[in-house]
Amino acid sequence: MTSPAPFPSGPITAVCGTTVVVRGDDIDTDRIIPARFLKCVTFDALGPAAFADDRAELAQAVAGPHPFDRPEHQGATILLVNRNFGCGSSREHAPQALMRWGIRAVVGESFAEIFHGNCLALGIPCLVAGHEQMLAIQEAAAAAPAEPFELDVAAARLQGADRVWELELAGGPRQMLVSGQWDATGQLVANDAGLRSTASRLPYLSGFAAA
Amino acid sequence: MSAGTLYDKVWDLHRVAELPGGSSQLFIGLHLIHEVTSPQAFAGLKDLGLSVRHPERTVATVDHIVPTTSQARPFADPLAEEMLATLEANCAAHGITLHGLGSGRQGIVHVIAPELGLTQPGMTVACGDSHTSTHGAFGAIAFGIGTSQVRDVLASQSLAMGKLRVRRIWVDGQLQPGVYAKDLVLHVIRTLGVKGGVGYAYEFAGPAIEALSMEERMTLCNMAIEGGARCGYVNPDRTTFDYLQGRPFAPSGEAWDRAVAWWSSLASGADAVFDDEVRFDAAAIAPTVTWGITPGQGIGVDETVPTLEQTEPDERPLAEEAYRYMDLQPGAPIAGTPVDVCFIGSCTNGRLSDLQAAAAVAKGRQVAPGIKAFVVPGSEQVAAAAEAEGLDQVFVAAGFEWREPGCSMCLAMNPDRLEGRQISASSSNRNFKGRQGSASGRTLLMSPAMVAAAAITGRVSDVRELLQA
Repeated sequence: MTSPAPFPSGPITAVCGTTVVVRGDDIDTDRIIPARFLKCVTFDALGPAAFADDRAELAQAVAGPHPFDRPEHQGATILLVNRNFGCGSSREHAPQALMRWGIRAVVGESFAEIFHGNCLALGIPCLVAGHEQMLAIQEAAAAAPAEPFELDVAAARLQGADRVWELELAGGPRQMLVSGQWDATGQLVANDAGLRSTASRLPYLSGFAAA
Repeated sequence: MSAGTLYDKVWDLHRVAELPGGSSQLFIGLHLIHEVTSPQAFAGLKDLGLSVRHPERTVATVDHIVPTTSQARPFADPLAEEMLATLEANCAAHGITLHGLGSGRQGIVHVIAPELGLTQPGMTVACGDSHTSTHGAFGAIAFGIGTSQVRDVLASQSLAMGKLRVRRIWVDGQLQPGVYAKDLVLHVIRTLGVKGGVGYAYEFAGPAIEALSMEERMTLCNMAIEGGARCGYVNPDRTTFDYLQGRPFAPSGEAWDRAVAWWSSLASGADAVFDDEVRFDAAAIAPTVTWGITPGQGIGVDETVPTLEQTEPDERPLAEEAYRYMDLQPGAPIAGTPVDVCFIGSCTNGRLSDLQAAAAVAKGRQVAPGIKAFVVPGSEQVAAAAEAEGLDQVFVAAGFEWREPGCSMCLAMNPDRLEGRQISASSSNRNFKGRQGSASGRTLLMSPAMVAAAAITGRVSDVRELLQA
């Protein structure tokens, strides 16, 4: 299901929409997007492949289908997960697949660092909730799949199903998202003088030439 | 807050500026690229109308998608061929050196950069691959990045990053015969967990670490990421310098002496302050095998699969999922578990000393009937060195296949993969569900010598018994 919603751009102050709960700790990026889908030179086709093997496994199972295949979650924008989500491979294909499926924000107990950075670079906020709090959020969301939730990025607050949860979002990422400066490329390239000055104090860049 | 560590010193030297968002701009000394995570980065660069700022600081090779049987072009898989052709075109367009197939220098990116002398102490090293932590073995600060960040490094030779905390992992004692760096790192991850390192750089130090060869240090740092630590490192010392001297891209002549002086100055000082420290005793570590679906679900080969009662409450759901997926019984010994496929290779354990350790077990023995066993050297240089000492013949005589260099069955982006519910003994780094190419395939991580022992006996076996026989 490729999302019709535009990809993130500019300041990311809030994400509103329905939710989808994917439970479990240590869900790695091989599960989010299996390696065979990495054989591509663009990210365009990744949306339908999000969680491909998990979805296939659950399609026929008693516990199935996978949340991404349930009709009530089509169009969901807020993904609700547990601990160490996105561990393993650095593949940006993982957040790209989620984004192209429709996800615009993730709330979980904790995130693997590279995944978190990759999401930030795409303008997808990853907010953190405590363990009991996360279970409560997932329970409330699962019970009200049609209800839109509102994630206030600036305030790090999730609202929905007549409840409000205070979340955590580190100051750096929060400022980058809210100010629209989460895409750092322009800032990095602009600092030519700083790059030159740093390079000049690294002796290996000149092959350890005599000073 | 850490101070005076190698991590702090290298960070400070490479910090360009504080960015408005609160992160730091960090200069990247060495940028490694490969065919999987770079095409979209070059496309992004083009979209923004930017060029590559330091083409001489970016080095490319091809590893993930290459077949390990025939490497003739064009590849049988048109998607694999397209990815390599795209990398070749991008490197040519931007003046980036590509160590391609048949160059004598091709191989897994984390094998070739060290062996060419590209990776050096005190550098920041980035690559669109999580196992970039490998390069920390040299006292570099090395970490995996995503494709948007690959684009940023191409454009600016820098990244927006937050500083990590530093945990020292101090290892006393000495690894026992039949116990390798792979066992040490699996033991560390088993103890600290796959999330334990999130937010940290791991400094590996202590007598047991100082005694490790550079290839062993690479194995150790390679899997720091499996413990959640984005980078792991070992302070540079005589072992580091001896390894580097004479390599193609290492300094030479008078520059060598200046380099050694600078590298030495970067090691963590005696007064360095760490955010945390954990201690281990190397002598107490047994050959270690994973039984579950994360690298943290490991046990000594002489132990039993942990029961739910032996598992921390918050780890129990994952343990139950692992029992189901792996079809292993809690409380049963891991030794004796039958295997189908035995894979020796990968950026974790595809170097010459890994192949030597495995060959020592395989020599004069035969792979058990019905077992598919194969050896994939980590690079063309590793293959040549192994062949020069006859290791290929040892493996072939024992019934192993001897393949061409590449990532192979570590991640199944090439023809090497598990089928159906097959279970592999693997010297690679990840036992995630579906990792080795079959959605129901199963992986037991272990050292290359332990994989060889499994191939010979057809089941998980304590390599120490074969080494003594």
